[in-house]
Amino acid sequence: MEKFTGKVWVLGDDIDTDIIIPTEYLALKTVDDMKPYAFSPLRPELAGQIQPGDIIVAGKNFGCGSSREQAPEVIKALGIRAVIAKSYARIFFRNSINNGLLLIENEDLRDAVSEGDTIEVTVGESVSCNGKSYAISSLPENLLDILNAGGLVKAMRKLNGLED
Amino acid sequence: MGATLIEKIVRKNTGNAAAKAGDIVTVNVDRVMIHDIFIPFVADKFEEMGFSKIWDPDKAVLIYDHLVPASQVDDTRHFRKGDAFAEKYGMKNVHHSDGICHQLMTEAGYVKPGNIVFGTDSHTTTYGSVGAFSTGIGYTEMASILGTGKLWIRVPETIRVNINGTLPANVTSKDIILTLLGDLGADGATYKSLEFAGDTVENMSVASRMTISNMAIEAGAKCGLFSPDEKTAQYCEMELTDNEKDLYGDEDAVYSRVINYRAEDFVPVMACPSQVDNIRPTTELEGTEIDQVFIGSCTNGRLEDLQTAAAVLKGKKVAPFVKLIITPASRKIYRQALADGTLKILSEAGAMITHPGCGLCCGRAGGILTDGERVVATNNRNFLGRMGTSKVEIYLASPKTAAACAVAGKIVTP
Repeated sequence: MEKFTGKVWVLGDDIDTDIIIPTEYLALKTVDDMKPYAFSPLRPELAGQIQPGDIIVAGKNFGCGSSREQAPEVIKALGIRAVIAKSYARIFFRNSINNGLLLIENEDLRDAVSEGDTIEVTVGESVSCNGKSYAISSLPENLLDILNAGGLVKAMRKLNGLED
Repeated sequence: MGATLIEKIVRKNTGNAAAKAGDIVTVNVDRVMIHDIFIPFVADKFEEMGFSKIWDPDKAVLIYDHLVPASQVDDTRHFRKGDAFAEKYGMKNVHHSDGICHQLMTEAGYVKPGNIVFGTDSHTTTYGSVGAFSTGIGYTEMASILGTGKLWIRVPETIRVNINGTLPANVTSKDIILTLLGDLGADGATYKSLEFAGDTVENMSVASRMTISNMAIEAGAKCGLFSPDEKTAQYCEMELTDNEKDLYGDEDAVYSRVINYRAEDFVPVMACPSQVDNIRPTTELEGTEIDQVFIGSCTNGRLEDLQTAAAVLKGKKVAPFVKLIITPASRKIYRQALADGTLKILSEAGAMITHPGCGLCCGRAGGILTDGERVVATNNRNFLGRMGTSKVEIYLASPKTAAACAVAGKIVTP
C-alpha cells in the first residue's frame, strides 16, 4: 500500500472555495499564476510557506462553495500531497478526484494534530500522528477507477483510444 | 415502498425502476450550462480528452454573465475562446449579455420538469424550483459530458422539508431558506437532496421557489427540489403530462430526515459575517450601521424581488451615505421592471441600477467594498472576501429587508 510522510498545515471548518482561490484571480491564465493567491483571504502568507509534499489537515465541510475546479488544482499545484479533513463539500470532492488530488476523510485527526507536525499516511488504511494511528477508509470503486487512470482527462483519452 | 422526488427523476431518466438512494447510476444528461469563467478550461479539457464532436450541440448552453461587461482586460479572452468553441462544434445556444445563467436557463425554456441538468456553476441547483434535478460540476466533468452525454451520480438521500401555513407579511422565501441554513448548518445537507413540500410552497411563486433552490447548495445539498405544478407549467410555458404530474415525493418514501415548519413561525433573518449558516433574527441586529445595499443576483434579482423593493422604497429616499445597487437578473426582467414602472420608483429613491450580471455578487465589479465596510445583500454567499476585502462584513437578507435597511442606513426589521 502506498505510504508517504508530510508536514502538516492546519485549517478550520468550512474552508470555502473563495478562501482557497478568490474569484478575482480565476481569470488568470494558468493555475500557476493563481498559486500565490491561494488561501489569501484567510492566510495571505500561507501559499508562500507551503512546500511540495506538505499535507493540509482541516475541519468539516472543506471546499464548500463554488464549483471552481481551480480550488483543487491550485492546492495540487502548490505541491500538497493530500488533504485530510473531517468532511468535504460534494463538488470539491468530485473535482479533486477528477484532478488526481488525494482526499482523505477522518473525524479525529484535526483535533489531535498541530501545525508543523509530521504525519505518515498509508493510503486506504491509516494516518499516524504523534505515535497514534487513525483508520481511514478506501474510495468507492468507480472513483478509484478514475484515480487509477490518472484523472478524468486520462480516463476519457483511454475511452477515445488515445491511451492504453 | 414509495419513492422520493429525486428517485423518481432518476428512475425515469435511466429506465432503472429500482434505482434508490445510495445507488451509483449513470444518467443521460438533458441539458448542460457552461458559463464564461470556465469555458476556456472546458474547451481545453474537451480537446485534450480527444473528443471531436459534442454529443448533442443543441443540449449545450453557453452563457456569459460573470465577466459581463468585462472588468479586467483578460476577461475578453473568455468570450473569444467561448465563441470560437461554440462555432467549431456547432453550439447555437450562446448568450452574450442576456443575464445571469441561472435565470436564463429556466426563463429561456432550456430546463423542464423532470430534466437532469448539470452546470459549471454551483448555483445550478436553482432549476430544482421547476422540478428538475440540476447540480454544479467542475469543468473537467463538463468536458466529459460534452463528449459522452452521460455522467455518473450517486442517488442522494433526501431531507424532506414540509412548510405549512401563511407567512407573515414581512417574511419572504429568502427568510425561509436562510432559517433552514441556520437549522441545518453549512454542511447539514451535504450530498443530499432537499425536497420541499407543504401548502406554503404550493402557494409560492416559481420565482420565490428559485430563491430556495438556489441556496440549497449553501447547506451542501446536491439539489433543492419542488414538485412541478400548475404554476410551474405556466412558468415553463407547457402542459404537464402524467409523467411530470407524478414528480412528487411519496409519503411512504424513505427520508433520511423530515423537518416540519409552521409558516407563521418565520421571522425576517440575516446570515451574519462570514458564514451562510450564521443566522440571526433582524430584531437582534437592529441599529447596525451600513455602507451599501445590494439587491440582485441569481438568488434575488427577479421581477418580484425588484417589485418588493420598490414597494418599500416608493416615495422614500435611500440614506445619503448608503449606496443602493440594484441588479436585475436578466435583460427580460430589466425590461419588465422598466415597463411596469418599478425601475422608475427605485431610481427616484436613489438606487443605482446596473446591467444584469454576476459582477458584484462574486466580488469582481460594480460595487466592491473595502476594510471595515458593511453591506446588506440579497445574494447567496457572505464568505470572507466575497465582495471585496476580507474585512468587509456581508449580511445576507431578503429584498424586503434589504430595501428597508437602505432607507434607514442601518439594519432594521421590515
